[in-house]
Amino acid sequence: MAINYDEVEVGTQLPAQSFPVTRATLVRYAGASGDFNPIHWNEKFALEVGLPDVIAHGMFTMAEAIRVVTDWVGDPAAVVEYGVRFTRPVPVPNDGVGAVIEVSAKVAKKLDDRKVQIDLLATSGGQKVLGMSRAVVRLA
Amino acid sequence: MALDPSFIGRSYPPTDPYEVGREKIREFAIAIGDANPAYTDAEAAKALGHRDVIAPPTFPFAIAFQAAGQVVEDPELGLDYSRVVHGDQKFLYSRPVQAGDRLTVAVTIDNIKSLAGNDVLTVRGEVADETGEHVVTAIMTLVARAADGAGE
Repeated sequence: MAINYDEVEVGTQLPAQSFPVTRATLVRYAGASGDFNPIHWNEKFALEVGLPDVIAHGMFTMAEAIRVVTDWVGDPAAVVEYGVRFTRPVPVPNDGVGAVIEVSAKVAKKLDDRKVQIDLLATSGGQKVLGMSRAVVRLA
Repeated sequence: MALDPSFIGRSYPPTDPYEVGREKIREFAIAIGDANPAYTDAEAAKALGHRDVIAPPTFPFAIAFQAAGQVVEDPELGLDYSRVVHGDQKFLYSRPVQAGDRLTVAVTIDNIKSLAGNDVLTVRGEVADETGEHVVTAIMTLVARAADGAGE
């Protein structure tokens, strides 16, 4: 059931989602993405370079955020543009619980060619972790 | 030491092809916890009009970043990678990456600037398939931090 451009209004909220992230998540993501920077899995190293703890890959946070859009639209190929700014790291403590990335999104603009601009908001621990986070999606 | 702005516009030769495998896409989808069947089930992907399983939107970063290594490790440019954080990232898609794609990346330095003592380097990777058709453009800004600043 594809989302229809004509039925979408500016301000329409997409279903918000929460994404947990633990040390195990980061190890798995490091392997899958090929980004083995130790700041994402080695606490001693992270502290030595001045970070508060091991931090999530920015690209992991970016990957989670767009899931709010791709789950809404169904076909991930509908995403024609996607950009974010990494404004703040997501520390992931080694307590078995980790961190949570909260993502909400809304239709910000209706563009031509049945496209819409979606503005995303990603926070963790009450802090905004992505800035200028937006996607352009072509709807049915 | 600030980076030399005369490197703006420098292009690097296209990389050797990266072959996109179904199992690599599956591994990536599991790693981000995304159960969209278009990533793992070829029939579901075909029902959406794709040739085979497709990759999640941020998957091309891994390919583009590997290609950007030509810039990051260019001894003439002299970037201090130990101080680098990822400042921002953008993708412009013509189509999703699909299993079976053989992708090459042509890298260009789009911008170099100095902001509050930080070196800010913008690198664009044009990702094309084996027929030369554009698949996705990946634009990344890398920030070599002088002291404390924004980043992932």
